[in-house]
Amino acid sequence: MHPLFDTKNSPRLVWAGVAVVALTLLVLPFALAQIGTTWVRITNYAILYVLLALGLNIVVGFAGLLDLGYIAFYAVGAYTYALLASPHFGLHLPFWAILPIGALVAAFFGVLLGAPTLKLRGDYLAIVTLGFGEIVRIFLNNLSRPVNLTNGPQGVTGIDPFSLGDFSFARSETFLGLTFSGPIKYYYLLLAVMVGILALNVRLQDSRIGRAWEAVREDETAARAMGINTTHMKLLAFAMGATFGGVAGGMFSAIQGFISPESFILVESILVVSMVVLGGMGNIWGVVLGAVLLSFVPEILRWTVEPMQRALFGHMLVEPEVIRMLIFGFALVLIMLYRPAGLLPSAVRKRELARDDDAA
Amino acid sequence: MTTTLLEARKVEKRFGGVQALADVSFSIRRAEIYGLIGPNGAGKTTLFNVLTGIYAADAGGFMFDGAPLDGLGPHQVAARGIARTFQNIRLFANLSVLENVMIGRHVRTRAGVIGAVLRGPRTRAEEAGIERRATELLDYVGIRGRANDRAGSLPYGDQRRLEIARALATEPKLLALDEPAAGMNPAERAALGRLIEAVRRDGVTILLIEHDVRLVMNICDRVLVLDYGERIAEGPPPEVQKDPKVIEAYLGAPHAA
Ligand SMILES: Nc1ncnc2c1ncn2[C@@H]1O[C@H](COP(=O)(O)OP(=O)(O)OP(=O)(O)O)[C@@H](O)[C@H]1O
Ligand SMILES: [Mg+2]
Repeated sequence: MHPLFDTKNSPRLVWAGVAVVALTLLVLPFALAQIGTTWVRITNYAILYVLLALGLNIVVGFAGLLDLGYIAFYAVGAYTYALLASPHFGLHLPFWAILPIGALVAAFFGVLLGAPTLKLRGDYLAIVTLGFGEIVRIFLNNLSRPVNLTNGPQGVTGIDPFSLGDFSFARSETFLGLTFSGPIKYYYLLLAVMVGILALNVRLQDSRIGRAWEAVREDETAARAMGINTTHMKLLAFAMGATFGGVAGGMFSAIQGFISPESFILVESILVVSMVVLGGMGNIWGVVLGAVLLSFVPEILRWTVEPMQRALFGHMLVEPEVIRMLIFGFALVLIMLYRPAGLLPSAVRKRELARDDDAA
Repeated sequence: MTTTLLEARKVEKRFGGVQALADVSFSIRRAEIYGLIGPNGAGKTTLFNVLTGIYAADAGGFMFDGAPLDGLGPHQVAARGIARTFQNIRLFANLSVLENVMIGRHVRTRAGVIGAVLRGPRTRAEEAGIERRATELLDYVGIRGRANDRAGSLPYGDQRRLEIARALATEPKLLALDEPAAGMNPAERAALGRLIEAVRRDGVTILLIEHDVRLVMNICDRVLVLDYGERIAEGPPPEVQKDPKVIEAYLGAPHAA
């Protein structure tokens, strides 16, 4: 554990810290709404990325299986929701029924990817998973004929927002003098889901299952000799990771109200992998940090690069998008150079990188 | 319960043109320390790999504790009660020493995803038990003081001991050790010999591959000698040592290292 979270030595301090963080997260959307509702939306997408990064961390960080097609599970969750709650098929199932279905379908796809790749590792696995992600996207693009299943590149529109009886997540409401806009309502829902999934990850990591994943990652042959069914553990990792991706996808669908295959391109998979690696593979808090940073920094750059150029030169010299990617890429390279195990490395990765010191 | 724990029946294994094991038969009694020796490339490690399910035998097979091992994968063999160490140490090098042994408890514990997430009283009790047992085993092999160190950072001899502790954590009936004394100094070897005898006294049968003649002579009840995959002798160490075929395999044959 990171000393920051050493609950054994200073429980008071930790609880105080938790209280501060919790309070901040609770008032955050209202503070953001002051700047503009866009920022609440951006935060919501950031939380979705946190969910994705946490899911991918199970596969990559815990079990050590490099997956470059992870966004496919997000797509599966998103399309499951979209098809069951939109005018496309005229189905309008409630979200609490679809989210578990989406999670299950995604888990099924996780096993579908996991089963044929059990014998693969490292680069080979990366290539196959990359292909898998592309195949799913291509299917989404083309499953509009002969039966119109996905509506092809046009995507699915008019997706139902979450609602419970009369309570809709799309409407603004005033309660106790506070205006709860749609995005703010979603924010609280996302926050709750994130806390739940975080707790799940923390528990899993420090358990018999978490240790078995570590064993698989470290040495598969030794793991098997110790009685670990590595086939099982790998499929479990793929399925669990996919489940979280599926849940995130369903929420994405509802929040956005519109989805198309465009949202699930390879770059998205790579972005999520970057979040995991940059934050600290295998360290849950590092992964959260990575996802938050990589979600917000580009947005902040988007909102500052253009005004700054106008102020400095009177007109735009370089497209914000270009500068944004440039700064972004440069920052990534720097971080990987100076913190190769990520911003908050896991205990294991720290030990791994300290190996040379041990030998000396 | 019969006195025989493991019986090999005409086990055969080829790798392309190499006959790594040819019709090898033997049986090991309960609570015995059974040595397996032979020149380099004789097929000793291959025998371990076939026994533990890493490779499938081309013909023949093993009876273990009254039932065949045929077709079982390594994890199933471990569940049946065979644990092993590796000639080229295979620890979970980046994990802590304690975690390594805790992972050995996997096969004798139950908590699944739901148990892990809910962490009810039963899971908590199980976790506490895993840690307790792992610590005991570190104590048993004499490296408890290194519990929180990175496994790969231990000196060679301690890594071998850790591998034994990890194997013992699976509660084996048979412990198969592949050259556990390799890379140890004489004092460490003597201590290892005492450790192996202690394990046997606790009721675990030992199958020991070892090049160190002194260690084999001192602790093994019986020894099997392989050469080019074939069984050339078996018996108590002093007899085997005098066997002309064994002497030839080790000294006369040009392939002996
Ligand atoms: N996976 C494999 N593929 C091909 N050949 C193999 C394989 N494993 C072992 N062999 C061959 O089988 C023969 C027996 O090897 P094995 O490792 O069992 O010998 P050993 O008795 O353990 O020797 P050593 O004392 O050097 O450890 C050797 O000729 C070896 O090259
Ligand atoms: Mg060998």
